[in-house]
Formats: sequence, C-alpha cells, structure tokens
Amino acid sequence: MTAFLVIIVLALLAITFWQISKVYNLSKPSGDDGVIANDKDNQKQGKIMLIFMVFLYGLMIYSFVNLSKFYLPEASSAHGSSYDQLMFISIGVIMVVQVITQILLHYFAYKYRGKKGKRALFYADNNTLEFIWTVIPVVVLAGLIIYGLVSWTQIMNPQQDEDTMVVEIYAYQFDWRARYAGKDNVLGKANVRFIEGVNQLGVDETDEYGKDDVIVNELHLPVNKPVIFKFRSQDVLHSAYFPFFRSQMNVVPGMITEFGFTPTTTSKEIKNSEYMLEKVKRINEIRKERSEDLIAEGRTALDDYEFEYYLLCNKICGVTHYNMQMKIVVEEEEDFNKWMEEQQTFGELLAQQ
Amino acid sequence: MSAEAITAQPENHSEAHAHHHHEQPFIEKYIFSTDHKMIAKQYLITGLIMGFIGIAMSLLMRLQLAWPDEKFWIFEALLGKFGTDGVMDPSIYLALVTIHGTIMVFFVLTAGLSGTFSNLLIPLQIGARDMASGFLNMLSYWLFFLSSVIMVSSLFVEAGPASAGWTVYPPLSALPQAIGGSGMGMTLWLVSMTIFIASSLLGSLNYIVTVLNLRTEGMSMTRLPLTVWAFFVTAIIGVVSFPVLLSAGLLLLMDRSFGTSFFLSDIYIQGEVLAHQGGSPVLYEHLFWFLGHPEVYIVLLPALGITSEVIATNARKPIFGYRAMVASILAIAFLSTVVWGHHMFVSGMNPFLGSVFTFTTLLIAIPSAVKAFNYITTLWKGNLQFNPAMLFSIGLVSTFITGGLTGIILGDSTLDINVHDTYFVVAHFHLVMGISALYGLFAGVYHWFPKMFGRMMNKNLGYVHFWVTAVGAYGVFFPMHFIGMAGLPRRYYTNTAFPYFDDLSDTNVLISVFAMVTAAAQIVFIYNFISSIFYGKRATQNPWNSTTLEWTAPVEHIHGNWYGELPKVYRWSYDYSKLNADESDYVIPGQDFIPQNVPLMEGEEELNH
Repeated sequence: MTAFLVIIVLALLAITFWQISKVYNLSKPSGDDGVIANDKDNQKQGKIMLIFMVFLYGLMIYSFVNLSKFYLPEASSAHGSSYDQLMFISIGVIMVVQVITQILLHYFAYKYRGKKGKRALFYADNNTLEFIWTVIPVVVLAGLIIYGLVSWTQIMNPQQDEDTMVVEIYAYQFDWRARYAGKDNVLGKANVRFIEGVNQLGVDETDEYGKDDVIVNELHLPVNKPVIFKFRSQDVLHSAYFPFFRSQMNVVPGMITEFGFTPTTTSKEIKNSEYMLEKVKRINEIRKERSEDLIAEGRTALDDYEFEYYLLCNKICGVTHYNMQMKIVVEEEEDFNKWMEEQQTFGELLAQQ
Repeated sequence: MSAEAITAQPENHSEAHAHHHHEQPFIEKYIFSTDHKMIAKQYLITGLIMGFIGIAMSLLMRLQLAWPDEKFWIFEALLGKFGTDGVMDPSIYLALVTIHGTIMVFFVLTAGLSGTFSNLLIPLQIGARDMASGFLNMLSYWLFFLSSVIMVSSLFVEAGPASAGWTVYPPLSALPQAIGGSGMGMTLWLVSMTIFIASSLLGSLNYIVTVLNLRTEGMSMTRLPLTVWAFFVTAIIGVVSFPVLLSAGLLLLMDRSFGTSFFLSDIYIQGEVLAHQGGSPVLYEHLFWFLGHPEVYIVLLPALGITSEVIATNARKPIFGYRAMVASILAIAFLSTVVWGHHMFVSGMNPFLGSVFTFTTLLIAIPSAVKAFNYITTLWKGNLQFNPAMLFSIGLVSTFITGGLTGIILGDSTLDINVHDTYFVVAHFHLVMGISALYGLFAGVYHWFPKMFGRMMNKNLGYVHFWVTAVGAYGVFFPMHFIGMAGLPRRYYTNTAFPYFDDLSDTNVLISVFAMVTAAAQIVFIYNFISSIFYGKRATQNPWNSTTLEWTAPVEHIHGNWYGELPKVYRWSYDYSKLNADESDYVIPGQDFIPQNVPLMEGEEELNH
C-alpha cells in the first residue's frame, strides 16, 4: 500500500513537472528555442543573481543575529580565553573576505550580464594583480598561523609541577569513569588484562600506587588547579570532548593520550552567569511546551533542566554513542577535598571483597 | 556568433579514415562498449543512480534529526526491521551516516564526476580518437559497476551495513562485537572499496597515458583546456593516494579475518580480552587520511576544471591567468598529499606534527584563493551568457569560497580542538566539497549534454533547478555552522539526551525543511535529464560557440570521434572576444570566438599566456 502511494505521488510529481515544462514551452516568445540563453534570459537571470545576493546576505545576517547565541559561553578554562580570542579574530578575517568576494562575484554576474552585440574584454593576464592576491593571503595566513601555533604549543605542553593533579579518564562502550591518583598523586598501573569483577578499569592489584586511587563516575575538579588528564579506552576509539573548557582528545585503545587544562569557573558561577541563566530559561520554556504535548498524549512530562558541565563522546563508538556523557563539577578546593574524603579508594574497594 | 561559424571542419566526409564503420551489436555498443563516449554515459548514469540513493539517505537522517520524537511510516517502509513502527533504530542511523558518506564521496563525486567527464572530455578535447586503452577503460567501468552493486547489496545484510562512519576507523570497524554493522556489512564494504580502487586506478592510469601521449598535432601542454589539466592532475593524485587506502583496507581485512594486530591492541569487549596486541588505530588514521585528504581534491579539481571551461565560454572571455590556474592546480595537488594530519590534531598524534600540518594546511589556502580571485576576474567586463551551466559554475565559486574560508578555522590546530567532529565540520565539508563538486557535476551535465546525447536540455527547468538548489544548499549548511559552534557533535542519532541542545531544535527543523526542498528540486533535474535524452531539441555542432576541439567533432557519435583526419591545433583554448590588430572587429569578423583548430590569422599575435 505504501509503495503504491509512493508511486502515485511520484507519478503526480512527474506530471506536474511535465505540465510546467509545457507551460514554459507555450509561454516562450517565438525565436526562443528553450535551450540556449538569450538576451531576455540574461537580463532575468542577472537580476535574480542580485536577488540571490540579497538572500545570501540576509541569511548570513539572520544567522549571526539569531544563531550566534548558540556559541558556547565564555571559556571555563585558563587557556580557553586565548582560544576564544583566536576564534573571533579568525571569524572576523574570514567574514571580511566572505563579504567582499561574494559581493564582487554576484555583482559582477549582474553587472556584466550578456547582451547581443556587446563585446567582452579580452583580458587574459595581469601579473601585478596575480601578485597582489597571492601576497595578501600569504601575509594574512602567516599572521594566523603564527598566532595559532603559539597558542597550540602552550595548550599542548602544559607546565607540570607538584601542584598538578593527575586524573585518568577511562572510556568504554558507553560510559566514562574517572580515576584520581590519590594521595601519592601517582596512578597505579593498569591494563585491560587485569579487568575482573569489581576491578572494572583493570588496575594492577599488586601495584602499591594503585591502592589509594579513587574511581568515580562523576568528574570533580578543584577550581584554578591545573589538571592533567590521561585518557585510556578499553574497547574502541572515543573522544573526550569538554566543550566548555575548549578541550578535546581522542581516547585510543592501546595507548595513553593526554590533555591538560586549568578550570577557572566553578559550576556554581557558570550556573549563575547571565549567559547560562538566559539559556536555561529558554530551554525550560521549550521543555514546558513539549511537556504540555506529552501530557496531552498521556505521557510523563519532562523535568526542568539545570545546567551542569559535561564531558561527552565525540568519536563514533557504537549504537548509543549519542548518549555517552559524564557530569563534571568544578568547585572550590575545600569542597573538592571534602568530596574526595567521602570516596572509596581502590584499596578499600578490594578489601570489601 | 553566426550559424556559419568558421570551424575549419574537414569538408570531405567520405575521405578514407582509419576507423571504418559497421553496425555494432547491441551488447558491444551499449553494454561492453570500449568507446569512451559510451563509457562516460555509463559512468554518469550509474553515478546519478548512486546519488539518488545517497541523497535519499540524507533525507532520512534529516527527518530523524529534526523530529526525533515523531514516527514516520517511511522509516518502516524503507528501513524494514530497523524502522519498526516508524521509529528509526540508532544503529541504522549510523549505517546511514556511513553509507551516505561512502556513496557520495566515492561513487558519486569520484566515479560519477571525474569518471564521466575525464572519459568524455580527455579524448575529445586533446584531439584523440579514444582512450589509450579502450579495453582497460571498459574494465574500469565494469569494476566500478560491480563495486556499486556490492555496496548497495550490503544494505540488505541481516545485521545491517557498515556503520563505523565513512572513515571506518578500527577497532569499531574491526569488531563485530562492537557494532552489528561491523560483521558481514563491513566485509562487503571492504570488498566493494577494494574493487572500486582497482577501477579507479585503471581509469586514472588510462587518463594519464592518454593526456601524455595522444595529444593531437599542435596541442602542447600549455594549450590544453583547464578541464584536461584538472583531470590529468586528478588522475595523478589518485594513482599516488588510492593504493594507500587499499593497503589500509587490506590490513583491516587481515585484522578482521586473520587475527593480525595492525590496528588493534589492549581490547576488552563483551566480557573478554582479545588476543590482539601491539597495533595502533592511529596508524590506520594516518593511512586512511593519506588518501582521505587528497580525495577531497580528487573530487574538487575536476569540478573546478569544468567551471573554468564553462565560465570562460559563457563569459565570452579568456579565463583570467591561465598559467596561474595551472600552477594552482599543481600546487594544490602537491600540497594535498602533505596535509592529511589536519584530520588528526586531537588523535593523540605528537603535537609537534600538529604544528607542521597546520602550516601545510593553511598554505593550501593560497592557491585556492588565487583560483577564486581568477574566476571573479574572469566575470569582470564579460558578456555573460546565463545558461544553466554558467549559473552552476558561479554557484560553485560562491560555495567554494564560503566553505573554503571555514577551512581556515578547522585547519588551525588550536581552533580545531573545540570544533573537531562537530557540525561545524559537517557544514564546512559539505559546502566546500559536497555542494561545490555537485555544482561542478551539474554544470558539466548541462554544458556537455549535447555532446553526450546529441540533444539539448531545457534551460527553464535548468533555471528552476539551479535557483531552488542554490537557496536550499545555503539554507541547509550556513546555519549548520552555528550548531557546530554550540558544541554539538556530529553522528549523534538524537540530542534529546542533552537538554543543553534543546534550543537548537528549531534550527534543526529549518535545516531539514531546506534539505527536503533542495532534494525536491533534484527531481526537476532528473525529469529534465531523462526527457531531454529522448525528446530534447536536437543539438547543433557547437551550441555554446566554444573554442575547444570537442565542438569540432560531429554531433552523432562515431568511432574515432572525427571523420577524416584529426584536427590540428594552432592556438590555446581561450580565444574569446579577441580583437584584430586595429581593434575594429574580432579576429574573425562577426564571430567572438576562435576554435583551436583555426590557424593564426595574418598579423595576429599568439599571446604569451
């Protein structure tokens, strides 16, 4: 039945287009063969080109005005602000180029629309022009490259001292775990071959350094304290994406990858930031509307949303890839220490057995 | 621009020539043909059918993304058990993502675009009777056909087709325990791609040999149309990079089936530790992207070549900066093989390598910028004829700029950190290689339809097709950048699990509506294409008043392309609107173009282009 309907719809569409083309054929003036652009077409298409330019600029303005609110809130990590700055400069540069070139392209298309008897200019080459528009991109790109590489080197080679906290982020289908190095700030050795029973992360039970490790499923970080993440995967590729901290690193089975940053904004602060209050309000309005529909259908309403930092998986990893996330809490150091006190160490976990 | 244009056509049709005529049996003429013009048509039609499947898949994904809570009967109708009760299964969503990417990149934009126009245009534009090896050419098409059949048949496998993304990164693609599609579906994907690569290599070698050896008298490399330059360089990139993908595929096959550990190590899945030890998925990423990035240019360069030709012809002007254009093609080709690492900034690769790849990647923006500026200058002071092919070419320049510019953000290792694998990437590459290359394909079809089928396409339907597509394509992909900037990862079946993204849903609906309108406009094209093959107005020999050699060949397809002797070439291919010495008229009075086979006139200078 459905296949039949599809065929009918397709047939109707085909007839429609056939009729449209017939109308075109009837409406065209004598002398127009319907296949090669004539003066009338050039006039009309040239003008549409201009209208299209208006549409394109309209779309760009609409997007920047209405959609730029989607851009993530101010970065919550130390290196994040230089990231954002570079991003805004780059967007600025490319939008300048975009605005100029698209105007030239569409305006020239309109301005020089063809006319019978008009002569085009035989203009095959100009070394000066070629030189100018080779050099301009070279200079601009050189600036961006240097700026980018300086930031890149700083971000990827974070300074490590005694104060730096080491945390392992462990990924598997389809969840995350965090392992803190404990009091000695050294992670115990681990390998998938040690996975057994409660030892889900494969920590070497004989390694003394591992005894004080703390394994949790909610990542807590003290504010303003540098942290180095060591990423480990037990099965396939994952990617640990911390959008609010402008950080990302793939999690690769068989090797340990690293990324470090210093969180600078606590969860409490960001929840009360103007950006987030507005965003959460907007989202809750949407959820409320949706809830009304759901209740009408006899289903349960959606909960109100409260913002929490999260870590999510950003490398296709299997069926429920889309729902692999971990909550992150950034808090004052004393709150963090209090929370840490309450957690069970790996040694205690084993002792329970 | 008169009908009696001077084309220096050999008058005597009965003159003896090397290739004598005889009626060919149906199979030899239409199926196992060794004639490059027929093979071009076979590539085009197969490519268009694959394109239909690929675009249909993207619509299913857009339905799911815009209305994740709704049920659609079409899911059940098309996806069967993966769409039970009209709800799309998450695993089939990933399969759609994977197969859509594979089909569009390889089967439509590599084989459908480059395969069609390299075959059609290389012999005709260089003045050759056919490809260097007609038999290899036929073999190349039939291998492509076979790989298409295998790829499509993988859609019907019990556990679903390959679903690890079009990049098929192991271990996900290596382990059936990790995702259903990595079983039989993935095996078929690898087999299909292996055959595809063989097809591509046979084709590419043929193109290279033909361009190097079979140019007609007078056709020096610097007189080649930019189309042929683009196809030639594309073929070289293909020969350099496709074998590396083949090796990656074979190693993956070994890991999957014969217990080797090239890409696998330390894996615990479904309650057991696998025996694989010592391999690295990052090695696979390197091998894959060594093809994967040049592949972008394998897709794009032919489209740019077609655009160069179409813009010059319809602007009635020579292409601006011919030598710079050739130099840009060569520079892009060279750089394309040393930038692959920009796909791997956050893969765990040494950060120092990231710096190197940022540098080479941003370098490639320079020749690209030169090309864009040269196209714009070619329009300047032209006498633009807005045939549908011309509109698509201008559209290509527009999307090429818009999409290319965001490459400056993604190619910068620092900025890539936070937009890597988000919708920002999806928006970027769809504009710069997807839409641009499709526009190139359409421009080519509208422009060379008379050469392929001896008939003309309807221009009014072409206009409808272009404008709806142009509005729709920007409507889909421009707002998508902002969704990426919000930090939304790609390849998510739904983001209802993240209330944080709830306020993106209106924009997702907008994008999906644009996508459906754009797809509907392609039906206009299909209708125009099919009806014009049978009922289109008969083409004249040189409908666009073009200078290149293919328009000196007769409209009807004959073995050997030209009656009598091959045309001789006396000038470059862009003598449009060239004036005589005292600038009182065109070189040929009353005709604003000079075909390449017209000798230099008295007192005319051949420009040092």
